[in-house]
Amino acid sequence: MKKQTMFLRMITASLLRRRSRMLVALLAIAVGATILSGLVTIYYDVPRQMGEQFRSYGANMIFTSSNGKKLSKSEIDSAKKKINNSQLVGAAPYRYENMTVYERPLMAASTDFDEAQKTSPYWRVDGEWPSAEGQALVGQEIAATLEVKAGDTVTLVYDLDEAPATADEANKGERNQNSRDFTVAGILDTGGNEEKYIFISVPDMEALTGKTDVFDMTELSVSANRDELEKYADTITKNVDGVSARLVKRVTQSENTVLSKLQALVLLVTVIVLLLTMICVATTMMAVVTERRKEVGLRKALGASNKSIIFEFMGEGLLLGAIGGLLGSVCGFIFAQAVSMNVFNSSIQFHWVLIPITIIVSVLVTGLSCLLPVRSATDVDPALVLKGE
Amino acid sequence: MSLLEIKNVSKIYGPLKALDNVNLTVENGEWLAIMGPSGSGKSTMMNIIGCMDKPSLGEVILDGVDIAKESGKKLTEIRRDKIGLIFQQFHLVNYLTAVENVMVSQYYHSMPDEKEALEALERVGLKDRAKHLPSQLSGGEQQRVCIARALINHPEIILADEPTGNLDEANENIVIDIFKQLHRQGTTLIVVTHDPEVAEVAQRTVVLEHGRLVNEIKNEGFEE
Repeated sequence: MKKQTMFLRMITASLLRRRSRMLVALLAIAVGATILSGLVTIYYDVPRQMGEQFRSYGANMIFTSSNGKKLSKSEIDSAKKKINNSQLVGAAPYRYENMTVYERPLMAASTDFDEAQKTSPYWRVDGEWPSAEGQALVGQEIAATLEVKAGDTVTLVYDLDEAPATADEANKGERNQNSRDFTVAGILDTGGNEEKYIFISVPDMEALTGKTDVFDMTELSVSANRDELEKYADTITKNVDGVSARLVKRVTQSENTVLSKLQALVLLVTVIVLLLTMICVATTMMAVVTERRKEVGLRKALGASNKSIIFEFMGEGLLLGAIGGLLGSVCGFIFAQAVSMNVFNSSIQFHWVLIPITIIVSVLVTGLSCLLPVRSATDVDPALVLKGE
Repeated sequence: MSLLEIKNVSKIYGPLKALDNVNLTVENGEWLAIMGPSGSGKSTMMNIIGCMDKPSLGEVILDGVDIAKESGKKLTEIRRDKIGLIFQQFHLVNYLTAVENVMVSQYYHSMPDEKEALEALERVGLKDRAKHLPSQLSGGEQQRVCIARALINHPEIILADEPTGNLDEANENIVIDIFKQLHRQGTTLIVVTHDPEVAEVAQRTVVLEHGRLVNEIKNEGFEE
């Protein structure tokens, strides 16, 4: 039999046949490894989870024209292609035009309503979102002024002449105008400037103005951290002609601040848990060594060198660390999943790489924790302990 | 040359002399009993011969090496290679089986060999109890495992400290019979005991009192 085989036989026998004591140490390591693995999983998953939460606060990137002209659909599509499709939550193009309703001037905006719902999920609509041409979404402020509600009809008038109408022209009705009736699908409540606009579909705006493929800006919601967003914005501005991309600082800055603080908190808790695990394992191992002083004395009496004694205790400790790490990596995922489901209401991905990492960290932490207790084992005087002193 | 020569050995703990100018020679293949009351210095003598302690004064020549001058590491090597220890309280590793306890001694000495360990247990009549844990063995059986462990590396000296101290008469006889068998095979035995019956079966008995060697008795009726 090889020496290594006997070594393994001894340390496994020690762990398996002295279950109660070793279970305490194993439990300490497994709990530490569980929290470590769970928190690391959460640490890496928080940006994704929080990113999704932050998307409900609105767009975090804006495309505008970089050359003073308007944006075209092809330019917007080219810019969108620079963003990883899986990270792009939505991209709503907007065009703003001055119009009148019952001769009252107001701002009309066209957009893609499906995309607007993705980029601005916080918009509250009393009624329905427009689902067909000829329907409009009226801002709450405008609705109050015009005294309209969902289901009413409003007539939008667009002045095709470039110069503003004089009072005389207006009285004589000599202006070149387009008008169209819209059914009010819903009243928009955002708490912001959007309440001052009437929103219509892109084809309706093109029909009213006679100008196609023209956009003032595009709002985008991208599930990415600030560094990635800045990289995307930089790439688009540099590489897509006619498009300038910039971040909505209000959203990205708060997202970044919250994420940094949350990650720092998770990191701090992880370090504290590791320290507590080390203390717990060190205490248990110290008790194990004290309890086995006679055995250490016997082994020394039989000719064991200090190195052999260290190897045997460390072997037991490291084996415990590996088993605890393996248990912890599995339990850690379950822990992280439970936290994620309760806090973020979504599941997390299992990172296979965390299994070896957790095992290695557990083994290292256990090894460090064992150093002092094992060192004390080498101080045992066989003559004294075998006599029972 | 004698296997063991103890020359003018003293062990001093402050004002106390645990051993006081002891001289003793043990020949190869001899069976020596060391007797004496409690506190006479028997255990100190045993620890010094067993390389677990060093004398304050004097020389201890074991197989030509003065172990009084060696380092702790060297003493561990000498103990591993030349001495087989048997204890009154058996001192078996409680989570290892009988055969594994014997193999532990091989492990520190050279290479563990389960077949050889089983043969050693067979010599002490315990082959069928090889897979039992110490808690599943009687006191006598545990002591026989301890003897098998002491024998396994073919040491120059078997050093037994009160080997029958915790045994009933039947088991005491079994252990003495094993010692007789070992002596016939040429093993050097040093048995520390306070039991005259155990001392009587040895070839020679030395008596310690207050750290001094006060008497030496040759067993005339010793059976070879």
